[in-house]
Amino acid sequence: MTVIEARGLRKAFGTTVALDGINLRVEEGHILGVIGPNGAGKTTALNAILGLTPYQGELRVLGRDPWTERDQLMRDVCFIADVAVLPRWMRVSQALDYVAGVHPRFDRAKAEGFLAKTDIRRASRVRELSKGMVTQLHLSLVMAIDAKLLVLDEPTLGLDILYRKQFYDSLLNDYFDRSRTIVVTTHQVEDVQNVLTDLMFINRGRVVLECSMEDFELRYVEVTVHPERVAAARALKPIHERQVLGRGILLFDRADRQQLGALGEVRTPSISDLFVAVMGNHAGPAQGAAR
Amino acid sequence: MNTQSNAVPESVGSQVTAAATSVTRPLYWSVRRELWENRSIYIAPLAVAAVTLFGYLIATMGYALSTPDMAQRRAALEEPYSFATALIMGAAFVVSVFYSLEALHSERRDRSILFWKSLPVSDLTTVLSKASIPFIVLPLVAFAIVVVTVSIMLLLSTLVLLGSGISVATAWKPELFRMGLMLLYHLITVHILWYAPFYGWLLLVSAWARRAAFLWAALPPLAICAVEKIAFNTTHFAAMLLERVQGGAEAVPVHGTMPFDPMTHLTPVRFLSSPGLWIGLIITAGFLVAALRLRRYQGPI
Repeated sequence: MTVIEARGLRKAFGTTVALDGINLRVEEGHILGVIGPNGAGKTTALNAILGLTPYQGELRVLGRDPWTERDQLMRDVCFIADVAVLPRWMRVSQALDYVAGVHPRFDRAKAEGFLAKTDIRRASRVRELSKGMVTQLHLSLVMAIDAKLLVLDEPTLGLDILYRKQFYDSLLNDYFDRSRTIVVTTHQVEDVQNVLTDLMFINRGRVVLECSMEDFELRYVEVTVHPERVAAARALKPIHERQVLGRGILLFDRADRQQLGALGEVRTPSISDLFVAVMGNHAGPAQGAAR
Repeated sequence: MNTQSNAVPESVGSQVTAAATSVTRPLYWSVRRELWENRSIYIAPLAVAAVTLFGYLIATMGYALSTPDMAQRRAALEEPYSFATALIMGAAFVVSVFYSLEALHSERRDRSILFWKSLPVSDLTTVLSKASIPFIVLPLVAFAIVVVTVSIMLLLSTLVLLGSGISVATAWKPELFRMGLMLLYHLITVHILWYAPFYGWLLLVSAWARRAAFLWAALPPLAICAVEKIAFNTTHFAAMLLERVQGGAEAVPVHGTMPFDPMTHLTPVRFLSSPGLWIGLIITAGFLVAALRLRRYQGPI
C-alpha cells in the first residue's frame, strides 16, 4: 500500500520557493529519512503531509487530502516535531487523560508501560521535566497510538547520545513493524544510518537524491587512496574528494569495487559523507553551470 | 429474518452513537483541557467570593450589630447581596476578556499548537471549545459561585438576626429567589448574548495577532473612532461601542438600577426582537468563522 504519494508538490512563501515540485512515494513498512540543509524545505514538506499548510500539486496521505481532512487523517498519523511541543503547563497524567479522551486508537495501558521504564512521574508538569524526558513522554504517547504513519521532524534535537540511542532503539524494538511507516528528518544522520530503509536528500525545495539503503550500500563506495595512486583514482571519476590527514578520500558512485580495491582501502560511506558530496555538487547555480 | 431486521436498526443506532461520541468526546476533552490550562476561570471568581464573604463576616460580627435600629440593621445585612453578586460577575467578566485574548494566541506562542494539531481534533472543535469558555463555562461558574456565596451570606445573616431576636422570616424573602432568576436572565441576555461580539472579536484577535494581542484588540476600534471623528466629526461608532458596553437598553430598560434588582422589569420579547442583538450575533459569528480559518492556516509564532 502506498502511504504517501506526492506529485509536483509546490509551496512558496511570497517569492521564496520552499518546495519546487517534489515527487515522493512512500510505501507501507518503510522508514524514510529526509536529509537536507537548513531551509531545504524538509519541514515544509512534512507540514504539507500533516495538513498543517496548504500546497499546490497533488498529495495523498493514506488516500486522503491532508489539508482538507487533517482531523480524520490524524487518527492514523502521529507526529513529533523538532522542538518539544508538549505544552509546558500540562501534567503527565493530564497528557495521558487528554490523548486517551480524544484519540480512538490510543492504548493507555501501553503508554503507562512505556512510562514505567522511565523516571517520569505522573504528577510532574512538562515544564519540570528535562528535555530528554519530554521526548520520552512524547514518544511514549505516540508509540501507544496504533497509527499507520509516524512523522518525526528533528525528534532528537538537543538530546544527549544516550537519549538519542534509546529513542531509535525503542522505536525499532517496541514500535516499528512492517505495517507501519516512518518518515524522519534529522541533522544527526549518523544516528539513523542503520535505522532507515530509504534515503532522500532534498535541497532548495528539490529532491536531489533518492535511493533505498540497499542501493546505497551497493552504489556508493569510499576509498582512502594511497597518495601515489590519486591520479589513477581520479581517472575513475569520483563524485567527491576530500583530504583527511593528508590522505585523499574519494567517493564513487557505481564504480567497480575490485578496481577500487587496488587503489586503497574500500568501505561504504556514511550518509553524512555522501550528503556532503551530493550537496557540494548541488551547492550553487554557478558550480552547476561549470560542470 | 427476524434477527436480521433486528440487527439493522441496532447497527444504525450504534453508528449514530459512535458518530455522536466522535464529535462530543473531543469537544468534552478540549473544554476540560482549557480548564486545566486556565485555572483562573474558577479561581478568580472563587477568590473574589472568599474575600466578599470575609468582609461580610466582619460586618455581621461588628458593624451591623452595633446599629441599635433594627430596620437599619437588617438593611445593613441585606445590602451586600447585590454588591457581592456584582463583584463576582465583574471578576468573571474580566477573566473572560483575558482568557479570550490568550485563547488562540498562547498555543501558537509556546508551539504546543503542533501537538494539538497532531491529534484527531478538528479546528472547529478547538475553536468551539475555546469559545465555550466565555460564552458558557464562565457565566455558569459565576452563577454557581454567586448562588453559593449569597446562600452563605443569607445563612450568616439569619444566624445574626436570630441572635438579635428579629423575625427570621423577613430574611428569606421571596425576592431572593426572584433575584436568582433575574441574575440568570441578566447573565444570558447581557453577559452572553449582548457581549458576544466582544468575545468574538477578542478570540479573532488572539488567533490573528503575532504579539501584543491586547494592543491589536484595542487599537482598531480606537482608530475607527478617531478617523470617524476627524473625517466626519461624528461619534456614531464610539456611541455604538458605549451602548454595547453599558449592557444594552433592550435587555435592561430601567436605567440606574442594578440589573438583578427585583424592581427591574423583564422584557425578553423586546430584547429578542431588537435588531442590535441579532446584528451583534451575526458579527460574532463572522468573527468566529474568521478565527476558525486563521486557526487552520496559522502555525507556531
